[in-house]
Amino acid sequence: MRPEPHLIDYTIILLYFVFVLGIGFVLKKHMKTSTDFFLSGRSIPGWIAGLAFLSANLGAQEVIGMGASGAKYGISTSHFYWIGAVPAMLFVGVFMMPFYYGSRARSVPEYLKLRFDEKTRGFNAISFAVMTVFSSGVSMYAMGKLLQLLLGWNFTAAILISALIVLAYTFLGGLTSAIYNEVLQFFLIVMGFIPLVYLGLRDVGGWDGLKVRIANDAMVHSWKYMGHASQNPMGVEWFGMLMGLAFVLSFGYWCTDFLVVQRAMAADSMTAARRTPVIAAFPKMVFPFLVILPGMIAGVATSPRLHDARAQESVVAGNTAQASFFTGGKGIIPPKYDAAGNPVKADGKVVLDYDLATPMMLVRYFPSGLLGLGLCALIASFMSGMAGNTTAFNTVWTYDIYQSYINKTASDQHYLWMGRASTIFGLGISLMAAFVAKEFNNILDVLQLVFAFVNAPLFATFMLGMFWKRTTGHGAFWGLLGGTVAAATHYGLTLPAGAVPGVKGGYLGPILHVYPSEMAQNFWTAIFAWVGCFTLTVVISLSTAPRPEAELKGLVYSLTAKPEEGGLKWYQKPATLALIVLVLLLGLNLVFW
Amino acid sequence: MGFDIRMPIGLLFTLFGILLIGYGAATRESVMYADHSLGLNMNLWWGGALLVFGLAMLALTRLRRKE
Repeated sequence: MRPEPHLIDYTIILLYFVFVLGIGFVLKKHMKTSTDFFLSGRSIPGWIAGLAFLSANLGAQEVIGMGASGAKYGISTSHFYWIGAVPAMLFVGVFMMPFYYGSRARSVPEYLKLRFDEKTRGFNAISFAVMTVFSSGVSMYAMGKLLQLLLGWNFTAAILISALIVLAYTFLGGLTSAIYNEVLQFFLIVMGFIPLVYLGLRDVGGWDGLKVRIANDAMVHSWKYMGHASQNPMGVEWFGMLMGLAFVLSFGYWCTDFLVVQRAMAADSMTAARRTPVIAAFPKMVFPFLVILPGMIAGVATSPRLHDARAQESVVAGNTAQASFFTGGKGIIPPKYDAAGNPVKADGKVVLDYDLATPMMLVRYFPSGLLGLGLCALIASFMSGMAGNTTAFNTVWTYDIYQSYINKTASDQHYLWMGRASTIFGLGISLMAAFVAKEFNNILDVLQLVFAFVNAPLFATFMLGMFWKRTTGHGAFWGLLGGTVAAATHYGLTLPAGAVPGVKGGYLGPILHVYPSEMAQNFWTAIFAWVGCFTLTVVISLSTAPRPEAELKGLVYSLTAKPEEGGLKWYQKPATLALIVLVLLLGLNLVFW
Repeated sequence: MGFDIRMPIGLLFTLFGILLIGYGAATRESVMYADHSLGLNMNLWWGGALLVFGLAMLALTRLRRKE
């Protein structure tokens, strides 16, 4: 089953490429200093920074991974948005941005250098750089595989072309180019997915029809079955969900990951910087409807009128409860096929290729023309994620690694040049990392795993650093290291149900605990990392000499003046906007309880 | 910095809208609408929506330039 894109579809995709590159070319002449290139000269209005903040995160893990999770776990996937993103976004905007923006740090690692010391910055900068190129590789792999399966394009050619386009526009126009394109990509993704959700829901009879067809109450409620891990398809209980996802992982990502924080740092004023994540939180709240619903619908959609021999076969043979596109598939989600073209089986059951849930929705519901727009939206999401990673990487590399350890006294023009050079080799390493990603079933699980090791302890460090002036550099550094070790140790001593020791955990020998699911194991790994880091940081800080308070002005909550809000109207204040978001968030959780 | 991002966004969506409306009008009898989009000519309808969105973005760009 393969769609046949027509001239119109290719025209639309080409037109998009032309615009994306055009933005880079036009911005080239504005890139005069390294600040222009890495920080957009701190001149981006709040709403643009806000949409870019959201869009930079809208990579493969979002559109494909969340669709896959929607198909697998149902509406509980919305936890990744409603409690697993929005509260942290509000927190970083209202409470943390005064230190990030106010300290004039040029990156998150540089804030750590200002607040703590050189070694803490070095540790964070290097681990972040590695994680970033890896994430970018995951995006690339996902896109290459997808375009290959979906359209029969050559895997290598597909990732090379998209990487080259991203390279061109970030190389030319730096962060501004990435941000502008992210805004464009945001609207493309929204406008490309609205008709998909509309047609899908219309076909299955709306939300009520979808509930009937899914026929599994646990997949259409987000909280009702969270009481015990065995009751819900995610295999996670409410405590792991709240502590692991909503607190540790979510705050660790949204509050400390330079990929997103960089967008707010580029804002044109303190108020704009603080509003950036809050503005992003509004669309973030409704994104589950755009990216999770297609996955859920894919699991139950039928395709009686499509001229596909295998679809007819499976209906005739009664292989599946519902008429499936594919023998052994579910709805329009195909099974995974091995190299010989046979469905992959585990425990006698066909393994489904959940990552194809959303792409198959495009194929199922979009006629030629609209298909071009849908593919454009998919490609846009990959590119925005890739560009986000690229710009974050080249900044951290140039400022926090190159300027800090390799060449401290070069001219600004040299660092601008290095920014461009690192854009090239960063993308090059990502291309290689793309092949590592092939080992895993669900892209989301891989990213969660990486975030758990690197990001989970990080939020403990930032929270203590920003809100407890007694925290010392030694405490922060050894705490971070300890937290990462705690994560790796916990992961190495536990396994998700049904897995063998190896990449899924348990590599340290004895298996002390078996979790009901990979997700539960990842959440608890994060919790252990956070607790380890927090405890160690506090203990070591108390036994080392504190920094003089005068040096911590503007870096710590109790020693920093509250941001000026006098001239602002109520709807311009970050805190008021954040409150509105919280009320809406509560409403959403209750509706889908 | 540089230019108003709403301009290229408006332009791109306007072009998308025109393309889809044109294609939708030319393929009104096509069986693909029954096969895919539940019998609705979504190219025509959604193309219209894209066109409206694109023009609105362009209007905003002009409005800001006047200020």
